[in-house]
Amino acid sequence: MSAEGSILYLSGVTKTFDGFKAINNLSLYIEPGELRAIIGPNGAGKSTMMDIITGKTRPDEGDVLFKNSIDLTKHDEADIANIGIGRKFQKPTVIESLSVWENLELALAGKRSVLDTLFYKLSKSQADRVDEVIDLIGLQQRRNETAKNLSHGQKQWLEIGMLIIQDPELLLVDEPAAGMTDFETMQTAKLLKNISEDHSVVVVEHDMDFVKALDTRVTVLHEGSVLAEGSLETVSNDERVIEVYLGR
Amino acid sequence: MLKDSLLQRLVLSDQGSKFTIAALIVIGVIVPFLNLAMPEGSFLHVSDYSVALIGKYLCFALLALALDLVWGYCGILSLGHGAFFALGGYAMGMYLMRQIGDRGVYGHPELPDFMVFLNWDALPWYWYGFDNFFFAMLMVMFVPGLLAFIFGWLAFRSRVTGVYFSIITQALTAALSLAFFLNDFGFGGNNGLTDFKDILGASLQSNGTRAVIFICSVIALIGSYILCRYIVTSKLGRVLISVRDAESRTRFIGYRVEHYKVFVFTISAVLAGIAGALYVPQVGIINPGEFSPLNSIEVVIWVALGGRGTLYGAVVGALVVNFAKTYFTGSKLFVEYWLFLLGAMFILIPIFLPKGMVDIVDQWKKKHAQSKATEVNSKISGDAQEHTS
Amino acid sequence: MKRLVILLGMLGVVFLPPFVLADDLAGAIKQLDTKSYSKKVKAVNAIGEIDDPRVLDVLLALREGQLYIHKGNKNFVIGRGESSEGLVRIVDAVTGEKLDDIASGALSKIKINNRVRGAARTAISKIQLSAKDKSTRLNAVRNLIKSPDDKLRDLIVAALDNEENSEVIKGLNVALAFIDINSNDKKLRISAIEVLGETVEPRAVTILQDILSKDEEGNSEEEDSEIIRSAEKSLEKIESRTSLYEFIKNLFFGLSLGSILLLAAIGLAITFGVMGVINMAHGEMIMIGAYTTFFVQQLFPNWVGGSILLSIPLAFLASGLVGVVIERTIIRHLYGRPLETLLATFGVSLILQQLARTYNSNNVPVKAPDWLSGSWHINSVLEFNYVHMYIIVFSLIVLAVLTLVLKKTYLGLQMRAVTQNRAMANSMGIRSSWVDALTFGLGSGIAGIAGVALSQIGNVGPNLGQGYIIDSFMVVVFGGVGNLLGTFFGGVSLGIVNKFLEPQVGAVVAKIIVLVFIILFIQWRPRGLFALKGRFVED
Repeated sequence: MSAEGSILYLSGVTKTFDGFKAINNLSLYIEPGELRAIIGPNGAGKSTMMDIITGKTRPDEGDVLFKNSIDLTKHDEADIANIGIGRKFQKPTVIESLSVWENLELALAGKRSVLDTLFYKLSKSQADRVDEVIDLIGLQQRRNETAKNLSHGQKQWLEIGMLIIQDPELLLVDEPAAGMTDFETMQTAKLLKNISEDHSVVVVEHDMDFVKALDTRVTVLHEGSVLAEGSLETVSNDERVIEVYLGR
Repeated sequence: MLKDSLLQRLVLSDQGSKFTIAALIVIGVIVPFLNLAMPEGSFLHVSDYSVALIGKYLCFALLALALDLVWGYCGILSLGHGAFFALGGYAMGMYLMRQIGDRGVYGHPELPDFMVFLNWDALPWYWYGFDNFFFAMLMVMFVPGLLAFIFGWLAFRSRVTGVYFSIITQALTAALSLAFFLNDFGFGGNNGLTDFKDILGASLQSNGTRAVIFICSVIALIGSYILCRYIVTSKLGRVLISVRDAESRTRFIGYRVEHYKVFVFTISAVLAGIAGALYVPQVGIINPGEFSPLNSIEVVIWVALGGRGTLYGAVVGALVVNFAKTYFTGSKLFVEYWLFLLGAMFILIPIFLPKGMVDIVDQWKKKHAQSKATEVNSKISGDAQEHTS
Repeated sequence: MKRLVILLGMLGVVFLPPFVLADDLAGAIKQLDTKSYSKKVKAVNAIGEIDDPRVLDVLLALREGQLYIHKGNKNFVIGRGESSEGLVRIVDAVTGEKLDDIASGALSKIKINNRVRGAARTAISKIQLSAKDKSTRLNAVRNLIKSPDDKLRDLIVAALDNEENSEVIKGLNVALAFIDINSNDKKLRISAIEVLGETVEPRAVTILQDILSKDEEGNSEEEDSEIIRSAEKSLEKIESRTSLYEFIKNLFFGLSLGSILLLAAIGLAITFGVMGVINMAHGEMIMIGAYTTFFVQQLFPNWVGGSILLSIPLAFLASGLVGVVIERTIIRHLYGRPLETLLATFGVSLILQQLARTYNSNNVPVKAPDWLSGSWHINSVLEFNYVHMYIIVFSLIVLAVLTLVLKKTYLGLQMRAVTQNRAMANSMGIRSSWVDALTFGLGSGIAGIAGVALSQIGNVGPNLGQGYIIDSFMVVVFGGVGNLLGTFFGGVSLGIVNKFLEPQVGAVVAKIIVLVFIILFIQWRPRGLFALKGRFVED
């Protein structure tokens, strides 16, 4: 498999922590515009994989390429965010002391240098864009609310909103449905499907109903490498998958 | 229009800032006036001692403001701001030393007394230029700024954060303190720099000069306050808060956290340096004691008491703690208790008053507003009852 | 042979009634009561001939200017320093009996000049060189080496004849060489030069350099080429040996400083390293331990040797208890807010310091037991203080015991469980809040133990803690947080680096260099020398 035509390409990636192989010869190929779900039991290496893609962790070996040309292992988090990869954490992390509006303004695509932000002036179109995203994530009522007063689900959405407004080409979403009600979970699945229409999205999730609702190609991770890949139906019937994950 | 909106953004939109700046302007006008215009012995006369004392407090307030900018807004707890303050003070002290000229005890035309005493025959290179006021003032800002820039660049780039950063800033302060105590370091060793005569040709002993320096301190404090307001109300200010609340999130949005930290740390060090420079002519001496780690950490409690993350809180905290200090250490009865009180503040504020004094005021205002509301309600209902009866 | 005589004499002391000897001494000492210095010299010589163990005391007192005549009863007394009321403590010179303290005005000093002093010196050396006790003889030899006196040459030669101990013989030879080097006899000079070549005496270096020195025209001042050659050889020998000993010395003092740093930091390695709590009052925990030593000594003023051992558990309890109280009342409220913990514990540190200052604003005197004082003298370059050697050993014992406690005891197991996964530990029935308190108490208690050791090498006072706090943090951070091995290497390596820098740049600059080095090192390896690695470390 070559990196050609991919938006994200991992090949032979390995990462060891104190003798423990968190990621073991992992390979992954994401096409532009694809929505990919990644599942796997605890400790399968999902979060470490995200850390490696976003520059938080350096792999011991292996290639991590973005758009077949950019070596992500050579860049740090801020670089990678500006190259066009956005990430949502498992635990919702928004800027607690800022309002919903300010959180989105902060994430809004634009120049990120110190002097640019010091003399920054919000343009009309940018303000419109923020309002648009607030509508999209359904937080119109709470736009001036401080983020720490939001409910858990609202924080998740705000974070997704920050990801959207950042306008990355590839979105990495870590367990977006964690701690959500069933209704919220389905709303979130719908939201992600919407987003995937003009972005590439990789979703890591535990919740099988949520993965079902996404209705897309699934990769199963186990002990740091890919165990199976295909539609949810295919992988559900894979005997090894049943053994390590679903069966137990 | 633009001017109006900027003024609105920087001062008028914030109650605390409005009052603080108004109060500073009043102090800056009234104190020197009462000192110079009122005859000594008059009820309204402000003594020279008081002018120097209040001037000193204003410098401390500026130092607290500088610390609040990094700690309150960006979450960087520096235990080295006393060192930046002292560096600014030394730069000013060097200028004042050179102004003494041949009026020193040894009467050497060029060398300060302590160098003559150490048998040095020439001025060390790093003393060059300090006879020029503008060069010295540049150094007041440049030296602490450069040190903060290099130190911050190294530390923030390697992601030294939280208490680690605090501890190494304390180590930096300790190292500087040791160095400045050395005679060979060329800054007067133990005794520091003192016996200043005049500044820009005006005698430091004259009331007029002292009043001007006092007014300069007020102006510097107001100017720095407005600069800090500009920073914290800009988008950069919100990035700083974002770094404070969720550093790694900020990186993943694409901000270079280390650049922001270095920027704000450097600005803050420059402000601390200016505070030190204004402090020295008012107290007449600068010595290595200013580098004492206790000094740096005391600044933290001013800010914590006042309320961090609100610039006026830092100013108020510095003034309150220092008035208290003067009161306690000035009376024989209480001098022993001052360190107990200071220690108690360090313990109690983080536990019971994490947001500082300004929070009490806010809470009280809220309650007051509520009780007023209920009062009005009960009055209305009372009226209603009266009507029905 | 001579020693045999002395031995017999000492046996005699046992069997003969003491007043007979005392009379001898009493008679001779009276001769000192004269204005004539030549009569005094004679008296000294006469006293020196008396076989009596108390003679040495009298002569030493005379040399030090501590021999007096009591103006009232005309008895001879020896001054033993000043009492707290400003009076002179005295003992009877003849009987050795302790007398009542007396005002200095009631005493008249036996005045001496250089001749008397020289005579006293000769007599003292003679007595000491023939002493039965080897260490007394060695001390005498060392004094002779320090200040050679050609009048004593015969004495040395005589002593060499009777000496059997090789160490003393070696010393006597060196002493002799320092005299012979100025001789006119070429043979004697050359052999003296050769003997000096086997030593590391700094003064030997000066003498040899003098021999080799040249005048302005570049000609050697010494004319004899054979002597020059042998001096060159000896000098080279001394210098290479000295540099080796200097190295060992620096290493020892480095280890010693390292063990002090280790002791100071090891409690912090628990509170900061294991629990992640910044305890700025750590230095004051050390201070409490040091004050405990002082108080125990106050309780048992006549039991200095043992009270220090008793202080160790008591200091652990005292500091540990204070630690538990601090944890329960303050730190408990601040978990998860490290910067606030830093401030609050700094407040504790201020209050404890001020409490100590309120008790006594000055340093308090802590005595050293006999078995800790003194040193192991190897040569003039190498001298190991017993106290430093004990501290090195002590710090290793503390480290080992602590490691065992963490690894092998139930408390240690609980501690590790709580620090690694608090929720899981709670659900397994561990009362994590108590484990927190005990862990903090343990770390503080160990700081207290460190205080006992540190009370022996520095001042004990309100500022004791401040002197150690920054260094302790540096050691823990440098070594790697959460890692006792790292603390050990951190302490020892910083100590050694410091001591090797000191001779080059001076103590203060060495300290600055080490601080700056650590600051830079942290940038390079933010997690310290022995960093824990892992997925969860960063979060």
